[in-house]
Amino acid sequence: MSTGTAADDQFYREYILDHYKNPRNFGRLENPDISHEEDNPLCGDVIGMDFRVKDGVIEDIRFHGRGCAISQASASLLTERLKGLPLEDAKKIGKADVLGELGIDISPARIKCALLSLKVLKVGAYGLSGNDEDEE
Amino acid sequence: LIKTFDVATIRKDFPIFETGIAYLDSANTSQRPRQVTGAMMEYFEKFNSNIHRAAYKIAEEATERYEATREKVRDFINAASTKEIIYTRGTTEAINLVAYSWGRKHIRQGDLIVLTIIEHHSNIVPWQILAAEKGATIEYVDIDERGELRLDQFHKLLERSPKLVAFGQVSNALGTINPVVEMVAAAKAAGATVLVDGAQGAPHQGVDVRALGCDFYAFSGHKMLGPTGAGILYGRRELLEGMDPFMSGGDMIKTVRVEGTTYHDLPWKFEAGTQAIAEVIGLGAAVDYLSALGMDAVRAHEREITEYAYEALSDLEGLTLYGPPPSRRAGVISFSVEGIHPHDLATIADRDQVCLRAGHHCAMPLMTRLGVAATARASFYVYTQKDEVDRLVGSIKEAQRIFK
Repeated sequence: MSTGTAADDQFYREYILDHYKNPRNFGRLENPDISHEEDNPLCGDVIGMDFRVKDGVIEDIRFHGRGCAISQASASLLTERLKGLPLEDAKKIGKADVLGELGIDISPARIKCALLSLKVLKVGAYGLSGNDEDEE
Repeated sequence: LIKTFDVATIRKDFPIFETGIAYLDSANTSQRPRQVTGAMMEYFEKFNSNIHRAAYKIAEEATERYEATREKVRDFINAASTKEIIYTRGTTEAINLVAYSWGRKHIRQGDLIVLTIIEHHSNIVPWQILAAEKGATIEYVDIDERGELRLDQFHKLLERSPKLVAFGQVSNALGTINPVVEMVAAAKAAGATVLVDGAQGAPHQGVDVRALGCDFYAFSGHKMLGPTGAGILYGRRELLEGMDPFMSGGDMIKTVRVEGTTYHDLPWKFEAGTQAIAEVIGLGAAVDYLSALGMDAVRAHEREITEYAYEALSDLEGLTLYGPPPSRRAGVISFSVEGIHPHDLATIADRDQVCLRAGHHCAMPLMTRLGVAATARASFYVYTQKDEVDRLVGSIKEAQRIFK
């Protein structure tokens, strides 16, 4: 049996739980410039993001959806990072950045949960820059 | 009379429990006893060779052992003849075989296929592909609030004379035991061909295909103590005789000439290419193991564990249990914990070495119907002991403490 407390918990650290229970930038934007949704077919979890982009900079962002603590915290953390970032810089965010931000060991079984929000960003952001064939 | 069923003794046959895991995912795949892996090792080490084609002793031995499984399975499901026992890789391949070989010949434009909303994807997707190709229609029987099939709706659909009716004996996601005897009889009376998906039925309930009267019955070895890669399609001989092969190539032929080919007799007509010999031999050992325990005893043990687990989980706060009461379900309990995603629960349980399934259980239409994306699922088998259920309860409490 585990004897640890939430604070010293390897996986469900306090700030992950905090982002899960109090997600930042949660909700929808009216008339977003980009709106995209992806799901994890393994578990049926869904994450969508709305972006407001002005002069190539992500001026505002909201995410919505449902899922586990890992996917929700990862999305919440990502939106914090994206707000105010030039879209071109946003495109450079990779798997290592997202996993590093979570700061926990993610098992292979849960990696898709952690990277679902990044997939939304990638497909959504590339969709806007004219590569329509990439958009699902 | 039910034999003495001693779980502690049974567990000694399963070396994996020495690792200390609490294994609550048998509806996904079961563990295998030494008797099964031993039979496979014996083949590899003592008479490894190909079947049906060599004129030396060890190949005769291999062929004999491979064919012996067929008789064991025939007896296990009470089929009339070993000609009706087709080896497949598992339930999925068995259903695909029927969809391809029987379906393409008999399903026509405008025909109706009746399925149920609680089917596993393997008993939905092959029919969707067939229906799209032929222009046939599929209707799904719904469930009531207890997770049991709406038989009133089922009978209504039968009035429309479906060509094929296919449903599971036991739901893998809810554990619902369907009234298959009544359903098969009604569907046959309506003139339909009937396939029963026995993936969750054969290992836990057993079956008597002749008493049931279905046309096809499909199941997997790996959910009943056997290895992966070996499963069974039972088909009524008359239907199998009229069907063309599914896979073609070596071993399924009588003669091959450049002008054309004549096919082998049943059951080999449907067994092309080099077969999963060791796996089939392992499946035979699994059937022996279950037969020695007795399926009545297996059922009784699962009932006891399921009732124990149902009660233990019902006592916890914030839990929703899906499906019928324990008296009407097999050894499967799907549930959700308020405020905790099933995947998070499974991750926390995993740290206590409790193996729990989280997800849609390959039954997405059912999940949609229940209005959930995923559930956690605990499932039990011959080796499950109450201590493992207690450990699950501990993991749930731990998860609730973390997510409080």
